[in-house]
Amino acid sequence: MPPSSVTRSRPVQQKRRSVTSLWRLRGYLRPYTGSLVLMTAAATTGVFVSISIPLVTGALIDGPISDGDRGGILPLGLLALALGIVEAALILIRRWVQAAAVLGVETALRNDLYAHLDRLPMAFHSRWQSGQLLSRVTGDLSTIRRFSGFGMLFLVINILQLTVVTSLLLHLYWPLGLVVAVAAVPIVYLSMSFENRYVAVSRRVQDQQGDVATQIEESTLGIRVIKSFGRSEHAFEAFDTRATRLYDSQLAKVRLQARFFTFLEVLPNLALVVVLLLGAIAVGRSGLSLGTLVAFITLMLQLVWPVASLGYILSMAQEAMTAADRVVEIFDTEPDIVGGTTQLSEPRGHLRFEGVGFRFPDAETDVLHDVDLEVLPGETLAVVGATGSGKTVLTGLVPRLYDVTAGRITIDGVDVRDLTLPCLRQVVATAFEEPTLFSMSARENLTLGLPDASDEEVRAALEVAQASFVDDLPWGLHTRIGEQGMALSGGQRQRLALARAVLAKPRILVLDDTLSALDVHTEALVEQALRNVLARATGIVVAHRASTVLLADKVALLQDGTVTAAGTHSQLLATVPAYADLLGAMAETDAEVSA
Amino acid sequence: MSASTTTGTTTGTSTGTSTGASNGTSASSTPDWRGVSAENQDEIPDSVGIVLRDRSRRLLRSLLRPHRRTLALVLAVVLVENSARLAIPFLVKEGIDKGIPPMQTGQGSGTLVAIVAVVGVVVAIQAVSRIAFLLLTGKIGQQVLLELRRRVFRHFQRLSTAFHDRYTSGRVISRSTSDMDAIEEMLDTGFDGLVTAALTMVGTAVLLLVLDLRLGLIALLSFPFLIWLTRWFSRESAKTYRRTRETVAAVIVHFVESMTGIRAVQAFRRQGRNEEIFEAVNDDYRLANERAFRLVGLFMPGIKLIGNITVALVLLYGAFRVFDGAVTIGVLTAFLIYLRQFFEPMQDISQFYNTFQSASAALEKLSGVLEERPDVSAPEQPHPLPVAHGEVQLEHVHFSYVKDRPVLPGLDLSIPAGQTVALVGTTGAGKTTIAKLVSRFYDSDQGVVRLDGIDLRDLDDTDLRRHVVMVTQENFLFAGSVADNIRFGRPGASDELVRGAAEAIGAGSFIEALPDGYDTQIASRGARLSAGQRQLIAFARAFLADPAVLILDEATSSLDVPSERLVQRALRTILHERTAIIIAHRLSTVAIADRVLVLEHGQIIEDGTPADLIDAGSGRYADLHEAWLASLV
Repeated sequence: MPPSSVTRSRPVQQKRRSVTSLWRLRGYLRPYTGSLVLMTAAATTGVFVSISIPLVTGALIDGPISDGDRGGILPLGLLALALGIVEAALILIRRWVQAAAVLGVETALRNDLYAHLDRLPMAFHSRWQSGQLLSRVTGDLSTIRRFSGFGMLFLVINILQLTVVTSLLLHLYWPLGLVVAVAAVPIVYLSMSFENRYVAVSRRVQDQQGDVATQIEESTLGIRVIKSFGRSEHAFEAFDTRATRLYDSQLAKVRLQARFFTFLEVLPNLALVVVLLLGAIAVGRSGLSLGTLVAFITLMLQLVWPVASLGYILSMAQEAMTAADRVVEIFDTEPDIVGGTTQLSEPRGHLRFEGVGFRFPDAETDVLHDVDLEVLPGETLAVVGATGSGKTVLTGLVPRLYDVTAGRITIDGVDVRDLTLPCLRQVVATAFEEPTLFSMSARENLTLGLPDASDEEVRAALEVAQASFVDDLPWGLHTRIGEQGMALSGGQRQRLALARAVLAKPRILVLDDTLSALDVHTEALVEQALRNVLARATGIVVAHRASTVLLADKVALLQDGTVTAAGTHSQLLATVPAYADLLGAMAETDAEVSA
Repeated sequence: MSASTTTGTTTGTSTGTSTGASNGTSASSTPDWRGVSAENQDEIPDSVGIVLRDRSRRLLRSLLRPHRRTLALVLAVVLVENSARLAIPFLVKEGIDKGIPPMQTGQGSGTLVAIVAVVGVVVAIQAVSRIAFLLLTGKIGQQVLLELRRRVFRHFQRLSTAFHDRYTSGRVISRSTSDMDAIEEMLDTGFDGLVTAALTMVGTAVLLLVLDLRLGLIALLSFPFLIWLTRWFSRESAKTYRRTRETVAAVIVHFVESMTGIRAVQAFRRQGRNEEIFEAVNDDYRLANERAFRLVGLFMPGIKLIGNITVALVLLYGAFRVFDGAVTIGVLTAFLIYLRQFFEPMQDISQFYNTFQSASAALEKLSGVLEERPDVSAPEQPHPLPVAHGEVQLEHVHFSYVKDRPVLPGLDLSIPAGQTVALVGTTGAGKTTIAKLVSRFYDSDQGVVRLDGIDLRDLDDTDLRRHVVMVTQENFLFAGSVADNIRFGRPGASDELVRGAAEAIGAGSFIEALPDGYDTQIASRGARLSAGQRQLIAFARAFLADPAVLILDEATSSLDVPSERLVQRALRTILHERTAIIIAHRLSTVAIADRVLVLEHGQIIEDGTPADLIDAGSGRYADLHEAWLASLV
C-alpha cells in the first residue's frame, strides 16, 4: 500500500492548461532550430518520394507495358530505384539529425531540473520522496523527449501524408478516393478511443506494479525482521494479493490489446477487399487503367500507418503534456531559503539564538519556542534533551537547512538570513547522527565541504575521527563507499561524517549525536581528539551521554521545545534532577538497589 | 555457494584493471570522484545475447511445462493466421488476373465477386485467429510471469540472511522489479513480433518462389544483405545497449543519492560540485543514447534501402517479364504487396531487439538467483518442538564470514533455561555472530548449536522462530498501523495484548500521544518517528511474540537514558522466566544480566555474575565498569 501521506502532502495541483506547460519548455528546442528545420524538410520530402514510388509503378504498367514500349521500361525502373535510394537517405538524415537534437533537449532539461532541485530547501525535500522526483527526471523527461522528437514531427507528417495521398487518390479515381477518405474518419476515431482505453488500463497496471514493487521493497528491506519472526508466509500473502490483482489488470490489458492489434492488422486487408472490388469493377468498365489500380492498391497500403498511428500520436501528445505539467511544477517551486548579501570576511563564530521558535509548515504546534542561547567564539555548548525534544531541528536552524519561524539567529551579530548561503555554510559545518555517504570514493565523501583539501588535511581529519580504518579498505581512500560501494558499519559511517565536518574547518562545528554508534573505547579516543578541534572553534554538541557532554564548556537542557536550564555540567547535575535523570547519573544507584 | 551470483564478482582481485577501466570511461572532467569498486557484479558477459544459457532454458522449460497443451493450440492458431494473411495478396493476384478479364470481355463480374468473397472470408479467418493467438499467448505470458514473480519472491524470502547481506537489498529489489519488467515487456510486444516476423519471412519466401521462380530469386537476393545488416546491428546494439544501461544507472544513483542526502549536500555547499558531476554522468548517458539512436538511425534506413532496392529490381525485372508475357500483372502486384509485408516487420526488429536483450539478460540473472541454494537449509525430517524451555548450547562452534579469518575459533557455551546473559567485548569480538548463530541466521561451519538439546538444523523454521526471537538495532517498520507493526510478532493477537505489550516496555504513552494512537499509519518506514521510538515499537513486537529465547543486539542503543531505564525495568520482569542474550555497549544495560561473558577474538575471557566480575577488581569487565562510572560524573 503506498503511504497515503505521500499523495496528501503533494502540492495541490491546479488544473493548469497543460498545453501551456509544454509550450513553456519550447525554449529548450531553440538551439536546435536548424536541426528541426532540416528534420522537417527531410521528412516532408520523404513523404513525397514515398508517394511517387507507386505512381512510377502505375506509370510503368500503363505506359511501356501496355504500349509495348520495351525501351521505356528501363528508365522508369531506374527512376523507381533512384527514388527508393533517396527515400532511405532521407530517413537516414532525419534520424541522425534528430538524435542529437532531442537528446540535447532531454539532457539540458535534466541538468536544469537537477540544479533547481539541489537548491530547493529541506522543507521541500521532506515533502517529496526521491522516487517521485526520480520519475520526473527519468520517465517524464523521456516522454517529453519522445514527443518533441518523434510525436510532434509525425503529427505534422502524418496529416500531410493523409491529405496528399487522399487527394491523390481522389484525383486518380474519385469514387475510390472518396471511399478511402470516408473510411479514414471512423478509423482515426476508433483508434483514438482504443488508445484512450489503453492508456487508462496501462495506468492501472502501472499503479499496481508500483504496489507490487512497494511490497517487494518492504519485504526485502525488512527481511531480517520477517525471518526473525518466521513470518515469510505472511509476507508472501501480502505480496501475492497484489501480484494477483496486477495479473488481473494485465489480462484486461491483454484482451484490449488483442482486439486493438487485430484491428490494426486487419484494416489494410479490409481496405484491399474494398479497393479490389470497386477497382476491378472500374477497370472492367474501363473507367480505370490497370496500372492505376496497382498504384492505387500500393498507395492505399501506405495510408494504413499514418491513419492507425494518429491515435497513438495524439495520446502521446497528451502524455507529454501531463509530463510537462509535472516538470514545470518543480521549476515553479521557488526556493524559499535564499541567501542574503552580507559576507563575513573574518568570522569569529559568535553564535546567538534570540527568541527562536520553529514550527513545521503543516504542524499545529511549535517544535521550538523562545530559545535564547549564546555561544561565545571558541566556546562549546552541549544540548541535552529527551528523544523528540527538538535538538536536531535546533542544529538544523544554524546552517539554515530550516528557517526559524520566530526570533532570529545571529553569527557575529549578523542575522544568518542576511548572510550569503555559501558564506554561512562555510562558517557552519555539521556532522549528522544519521550520516549520509554517497557512492563516491571515500576521499570525495570526506572533502564534501573542502573540495581542494590537501592529503595532510584529510589525514588529520581522519585522525581526529579515529577513522583510519579507511586505509584498510581495498583501495584505501579511493575505495567507493556508500550505497553502491563498500558497506560500512554504523560506527564507521559516523566517524567518516565526523571527519568530513572536521575537515571543513568551520568556525562553528555542530555535532548532532555523532558518536552514538561508537563503542566506548573508540568514543573515548574520538573525544580526546575532538577536544583540540573544539578548542579552536565554536561548538554545539548534541549529547545523550555524560562523556560527550564533558566536551562542552556549558550545557543547555532542552525540554518541551525550549531551554529550561543552562549552566555547567556539574551545576546542572547538582541542581536539576531532570538533567541528572536524562544523563543516567541515577542509573547506577538504580541498578544497585535492585541488584 | 553461489556459483551464479559470484561469477564476474572479482572483488579485490581486479584492482588494477578495474581502476583503469572506470577512470577511462567515466567523466573525464571529474576524474576519480567515484572511486574504485568491484564493478558490474551483475553484468552478463557480452556473449550472452538471444542465446540463453542452460539454466535459463531450464527455468523457461519449467515455467512453460504446465502450458504445453495451450502452446500446441497456439501453434495451430498461428499457422492458420499466417496462412490466411499470406493468402490475401495471392487472392488479389487471382482477382486481377482472373476476375477482371471476364468483365472486360463482358462476361459479368461473377468470378471477381466470388474471389472478393473468398478474400472477405480469409480476412475474417485472419481476424479471428489473430485475436485468438493474442489472447492465448497473452494469457500464457501473464501466467508465466505471475508464477515467476511468486517463485522469485518466495525464493528470496527463503534465502539466508548471509545471502542478503552479500547480495544487498538494492539488487534483490531490482531483480524482482526491473528484471521482471524487462521480461514482461518482451511478453507484451516482443514475442508476438518475433513469431510473426519469422513466419512471414519463411512464408513469403516460399510463396514468392512458387509464384514465379525467377522473380522470387531476385527478391531473395536481398536475404544475405538483410542477414548481414541484422547481425551487425545485433552485435553493435548489444554493446551500446549495455553502455546505455550503465550510464543511466549512474544518473539514477547520483540523482537519488543527492536527493536523499540533500541535507548534507546543502550543509556542505556541495551543489556546484554535484551539478558538475551530474552534468558529466548525464552527458555520458546522452552520448550512450546518441550512439544507440544513431545505430537505429543506420539500421532502419538500411532495411528500408534494401527493401526499396529489392522492390525496384522486382519491378524492373518483373516489368520485362510481364512485357514478355512470362508473368501476369496480377503476379507483379502480388509480389509488390508481399515484399511490403515482408519488409515492414523488419523495421520493427530494431525495436524488439533491445527488448529481447534485456529480457534474456533478466532471465539469465533470475535463473541464477533461483538456482542459488539457501545456505541455511530446512531439515528433511524436522524434530518437533512445540514447547521450548530455552536451554541454549554452543558446542565447539567454528565460524568465519571470510575463509581463513575465523570469528569464532571453537566456542563452547552453555546457557541454562531462564538465564540472562550479557555479551561484552570490542567490535569484532564475535558478539553479534553468536546472536546470529543462535537465531540461525547463519549455520556454524563446524560444531553444533542446540536449543533444548536439539540441533537447530533439525528444527522446523516455524518452531525455531516461535521460540527464538532477535531484536537488533535495525528496527524495521512496515507500512500499516503501529498496532499492526507490534502484532507482527504474534499474528492474531488482540488489541488488549498489543497494548499490554507496548505498555509493559514503556512505549504506551508515546504511542497514545500519536495523532491516531495505535492506529496511526506508519508512513515511509516511520520517518516521522524518532530512532528511539522506532526501537520501542520493535521491542514491543518482540515482547508480544513471547519467545523462550530473546536476543537483544544493541536493541536499546537509540533510546535516551530515561526510556532505556524504563525498558530495563520492564526487562527485569520480562526476562524473569526467559533465556536472554543481551549485547550492549552501555554497561547500564548489562547490569541486569545474571551472567556476563567478556569476549575477545571469539573466545570467552571472563565469565561470571556482574558483581563477581567487578569485585575481582582487575579484569576486563572491572576496567570497563570503572571507566563507565567515571564517565557519569
